[in-house]
Amino acid sequence: MNWTAMFEPMFFMPFATGLLVAAVLPILGMYLRLREEWLAALAFAQLAAAGSLAAAIAGAPVLVGGLALSGVAAAAKAWIARNGNNGYAILMVAGWGASVLMLANAPLADHLGHALFDGQLYFTDAHNLWSMAAFALVGGLTMRWLSHKLLFERMFPDFFRASGLSATRYHLLFDLLAAAGLALATASVGVMAAFTLVFVPTMIAYQWGRSWRQSLAIAVVIGVVAYVVAFQIALVQDQPFGPVLVVTMVSAAAGAWALRKLAFRQPARTPAKH
Amino acid sequence: MNDAPCIELQRVEAGYEQPVVGPLSFALGAGEIVALWGPNGCGKTTAMNAIGGSARVFSGTIRKRPGLRISHQQQNPLSLRDIPLSGRELLALTGGDAAALPSSLQPLLDRRLSELSGGQLQLLQVWACLTAPVDVALLDEPTNNVDAEGIALLEQVIDRERRRRAILLVSHDRRFVEALGARVVEVGAP
Repeated sequence: MNWTAMFEPMFFMPFATGLLVAAVLPILGMYLRLREEWLAALAFAQLAAAGSLAAAIAGAPVLVGGLALSGVAAAAKAWIARNGNNGYAILMVAGWGASVLMLANAPLADHLGHALFDGQLYFTDAHNLWSMAAFALVGGLTMRWLSHKLLFERMFPDFFRASGLSATRYHLLFDLLAAAGLALATASVGVMAAFTLVFVPTMIAYQWGRSWRQSLAIAVVIGVVAYVVAFQIALVQDQPFGPVLVVTMVSAAAGAWALRKLAFRQPARTPAKH
Repeated sequence: MNDAPCIELQRVEAGYEQPVVGPLSFALGAGEIVALWGPNGCGKTTAMNAIGGSARVFSGTIRKRPGLRISHQQQNPLSLRDIPLSGRELLALTGGDAAALPSSLQPLLDRRLSELSGGQLQLLQVWACLTAPVDVALLDEPTNNVDAEGIALLEQVIDRERRRRAILLVSHDRRFVEALGARVVEVGAP
């Protein structure tokens, strides 16, 4: 297998964009799972796709459309359901329904629809790369500040309440951040690849990590390694990137599960001697 | 020095759907330990939750000194075991004093919460609330699942911390309450 293909000029920009996505989404996923709201990733991704399609049909910038609709959804979620996955499930099916209807009635959006739903990373351009780089920088700094507050509120909710403090603004800020990250990621790697990068590395990290810091590192490493492998396979085998990434991630999850079974296998009991 | 009580309840009736405790009146002064006492189901935890803000006050008033910082240790922390957090990270969240933890409990700091026994986790939760930089610590059944050695440790640390903050606790362990020299407030249903 030619491992240098990803560094060729034609593929380097999509590769670098996806690499940023693969490093950033698992971190957002850790905090979404912390709040038991991982379904938000799929909701934001579906809505970003719908927003992108609507923007394409209206002749507006695709990235702006995705960001706008997922951002509105993050703000509206606080009104639909303060916590939990109910609100996200409603937003997810709404995004999917709107996208499919737009694709059925606007043939011009067909090309973009395929990219968003099949995960054709190779169509990303400099806008995608710089937007994602800017998000990684701003989002990273924001999460450094926000992380303690989100963990504290989750582990000691009454601590906040008893002192008359409110965590609402922290949750809203994180929701907006997650929505923006998912919208940018969806525009680059597609709906299901973005969701998988949020969900699978986090699931494995929650099982294997011995601390929050370590779990964050595990999630990022899994996301990045699986992404590089999937990118290479998709490129060399001429396959759509999104499904290849999903299959790679599912394989990683299965491997981690099997490894855990082996590592924590109970020793067989020896029969008692009489 | 401010002599106003940290927290003062006046004829408070509290509950969730309907009142389950009260009318209850008492004050918690700085440096004081007050224990809510009564039979099972009399609403001790509900009274504490009303102060903490997670139960509804139907009548009466709860006055808190302005700017009061309060920590609140709940009875059932076990549902959060799936979160990959170490003991050290748990204490860091509240600003709890990890260095003051006795050497016998120091190894707990680097273990994941899911690897701790119920008693060990309870001890860390109480420690996190008790040694946090707050004015009042609310402790709900702090001795639950904790062995005799752990209870002795809690008595020591509460005795030390009482100089820095007021403590309101709910406990069914009369010996523990008496060992702390806590002022006992009888709690009854409406």
